[in-house]
Amino acid sequence: MQNTLAALVTPGLIPELGHFALALACCFAGAQAFAGIVGPWRRHAGLIAATPALAIGQLLALAVACAALVLASLADDFSVKNIFENSAIAKPFIYKIAGAWGNHEGSILLWGLILGLCGGAVTAFGGNLPTLLRARVIGVLGGTSVGFLLFALLTSNPFTRLWPPALDGRGMNPLLQDPGLAIHPPILYAGYVGFAVPFAFAIAALIEGRVDAAWGRWVRPWAVASWAFLTCGIALGSWWAYYELGWGGYWFWDPVENASLMPWLTGTALVHSAIVVEKRESLKIWTILLAIGTFALSLSGTFMVRSGILNSVHSFAADPTRGVFILGLLGLLIGGSFLLFALRAGNLSPGGIFAPLSREGALILNNILLCSIASIVIVGTLYPPFADLLIGQKISVGAPFFNATVLPLAIPMFVAMALGPLLPWKRGRLAPLLQHAWWAALIATLTAGIASFGMGILPACGFGAAAWLILGSFAEVAERTLLFRTKAATSVRRARGLPVAVLGAAIAHAGMGVTVAGISGSALSTQKIVSAKPGDHFFSGGYEWTLLKLDSKEGPNYQARVATILISKDGVPLQLVRPERRNFTAQHQTVSDVAISTNFLRDLYVVLGEERDGEAVLRFHVNVLAPWIWLGALIMASGGTLSLLDRRLRVGAPVPARARKKLVTA
Amino acid sequence: MTRKSRRLAIIAAVALGLGTATLLSMSAFRQNMVFFMAPTDIAQQGVPAGRTIRLGGMVTAGSVSRGQDNGSPIAKFRVTDGKTTIDVSFAGILPDLFREGQGVVALGTLAPDHSFVAAEVLAKHDETYMPKDVADALKKTGHWNPAKGAPAPNTLWTGATATPPTSIKSGG
Repeated sequence: MQNTLAALVTPGLIPELGHFALALACCFAGAQAFAGIVGPWRRHAGLIAATPALAIGQLLALAVACAALVLASLADDFSVKNIFENSAIAKPFIYKIAGAWGNHEGSILLWGLILGLCGGAVTAFGGNLPTLLRARVIGVLGGTSVGFLLFALLTSNPFTRLWPPALDGRGMNPLLQDPGLAIHPPILYAGYVGFAVPFAFAIAALIEGRVDAAWGRWVRPWAVASWAFLTCGIALGSWWAYYELGWGGYWFWDPVENASLMPWLTGTALVHSAIVVEKRESLKIWTILLAIGTFALSLSGTFMVRSGILNSVHSFAADPTRGVFILGLLGLLIGGSFLLFALRAGNLSPGGIFAPLSREGALILNNILLCSIASIVIVGTLYPPFADLLIGQKISVGAPFFNATVLPLAIPMFVAMALGPLLPWKRGRLAPLLQHAWWAALIATLTAGIASFGMGILPACGFGAAAWLILGSFAEVAERTLLFRTKAATSVRRARGLPVAVLGAAIAHAGMGVTVAGISGSALSTQKIVSAKPGDHFFSGGYEWTLLKLDSKEGPNYQARVATILISKDGVPLQLVRPERRNFTAQHQTVSDVAISTNFLRDLYVVLGEERDGEAVLRFHVNVLAPWIWLGALIMASGGTLSLLDRRLRVGAPVPARARKKLVTA
Repeated sequence: MTRKSRRLAIIAAVALGLGTATLLSMSAFRQNMVFFMAPTDIAQQGVPAGRTIRLGGMVTAGSVSRGQDNGSPIAKFRVTDGKTTIDVSFAGILPDLFREGQGVVALGTLAPDHSFVAAEVLAKHDETYMPKDVADALKKTGHWNPAKGAPAPNTLWTGATATPPTSIKSGG
């Protein structure tokens, strides 16, 4: 397969073609930015009409560049420096494809491609947008692309050649040779880069000096889609850390993890505040600010990870010189946006008024709490590197800091999350609220109460919060379908008529509850470290673990030691697991391959450590409810995706007639 | 509710949220700030037992030994920055990239006998990697000048206490 590919392509031509396509894409992006900004400004019909074609051209050129990199990697073209450094002839086929974006240069190209896809998507799905707004949005996206493509071309060119070409590559970091990590970057980047679209909408709105309900309706699906991708991306990364690093944990408050959490928090706030813009024409300035801030955090996340400012266990490629370029790009983009914001935000007229106890009030509370948590994460992540830079003091803060600060703010947010959707717009009253939610509150309190007998107070509260979130999320659905209060058929009919977005929101909120339950479960988890020889057996976490044998195994590009362990409960054999310890010969690197046996209520997790004198170090974990952590994230993301299907988002009319009449009479 | 009072309410809520965040961070920072220290820093500054710090240095060649404590395997090794050496014990699986003569970062506390009890031993994913903090610490003690090339080979980091290995001295 690979030989035929190599024979098909003229050696050396493919990377040059890719390099040319990348430069062409940069030119297209420049033209796109010019046409999209100057066209609407000068009311030049030709320029405005050219923007969609330019965006598509940029996307096509980028697709060619990416295809060239993948093809060159498949053809083992070691005259390309990037492929020499990150690939090898012996590398499995799938990782020759996925490896194309598993390194710094390739991942920046992927960034560019996804940004190009965003431009293409606005072109394709933006048919109902006003022509001027669409041109401006595409123009801003083009300008952002120019920055990133220049960054790729000037400082991290994936097509840099090597002379003389090498015979074989250095190979890929074994930790990255994993299916989860192969799809992790595209999904995470789709989330990061997707927030470029709300950002472009915000800048376009500032240039126009107008934000209205229609703007909120247009921007929200983009924000929700990016948010869903980012949620999946973070969950995948955390899952990878769980099963690949073999430390038994799922979230380490590592700077690189925090870098993706920050835009997620503000992005979540954005998704909610855009609802207020859409329904009530309120919170406009704030929403614009959030759109800019979220993209700025996405960019800084890339900057921090790629520049090596953040010392992390996850960082693979770090080069400070590149950091300067991204820092400049960041300064230009963020500084420019905030300057525009300062100049224009005052022109945006404030919208409808409302009481503190109302849907708007709850959404504002959600925004305040999310942004407070985000600011804590920012401070905790950025203070240590800046303290090192400015006063030369080497400090760090870890999980205890974040747990102590984030939890007290998360709890009121969980309480409000379930209540918010039950409140009416403009003005709510306490009595009906209690009437609708008392049963959820009662069950949640009972859950916490019962749980507190078996565990500490904090995890018990966690389980209570989880129950409250899951039940409370469906309180609105139950309320709107008059569940148990009318005939079942009526309820079903009402459920059919329910807007999909309502259901999506309920599912997303419940997903958070599932994740909270999973996190609380980790307080019940147990672990035991032993040194064992074949035949030894141990008791840990209510299970009996017997080491049956230790043998060697030959993999495609590694040698491994394999332990065979029988797990039984009360004398009944449950499961045979085989954790491995792989030695990748090309890189002289050892990687643990964790054995996990799950039944969705608990994971049995075994790690094989080093061996001495016929005894192997083994670690047994029983991780209670661990799969729920990622299951919840998946449910959250699918709730977001479901709400994208809402018919109301696809309808051209910006404000329904009924709502408009209400606005006029109000 | 008028626009003005609504604005006041929002400002109050924002101030409350951000104020809580600030207070929480300040108190948590004070309690959970972890300092990075090389063995010499620990010897000079007198760290109270029980305080969590991050220790960085080179694992002394030939110093790793393994034992048992209550059925759990314990790894013992020494960490040096070329001037001072400290004994470290760690219960658990040493990271895959842990090697004698290589850089290491450990999170833990000082025991009353001035040895270091590691709760976590960190290793980078890259086998040639020298943790940045460790590199800085070595530069500070004058045992590695990056301008003169790579740090001394692994085998030379043998329990250096008062005098660093000669080849390093000539290099730095």
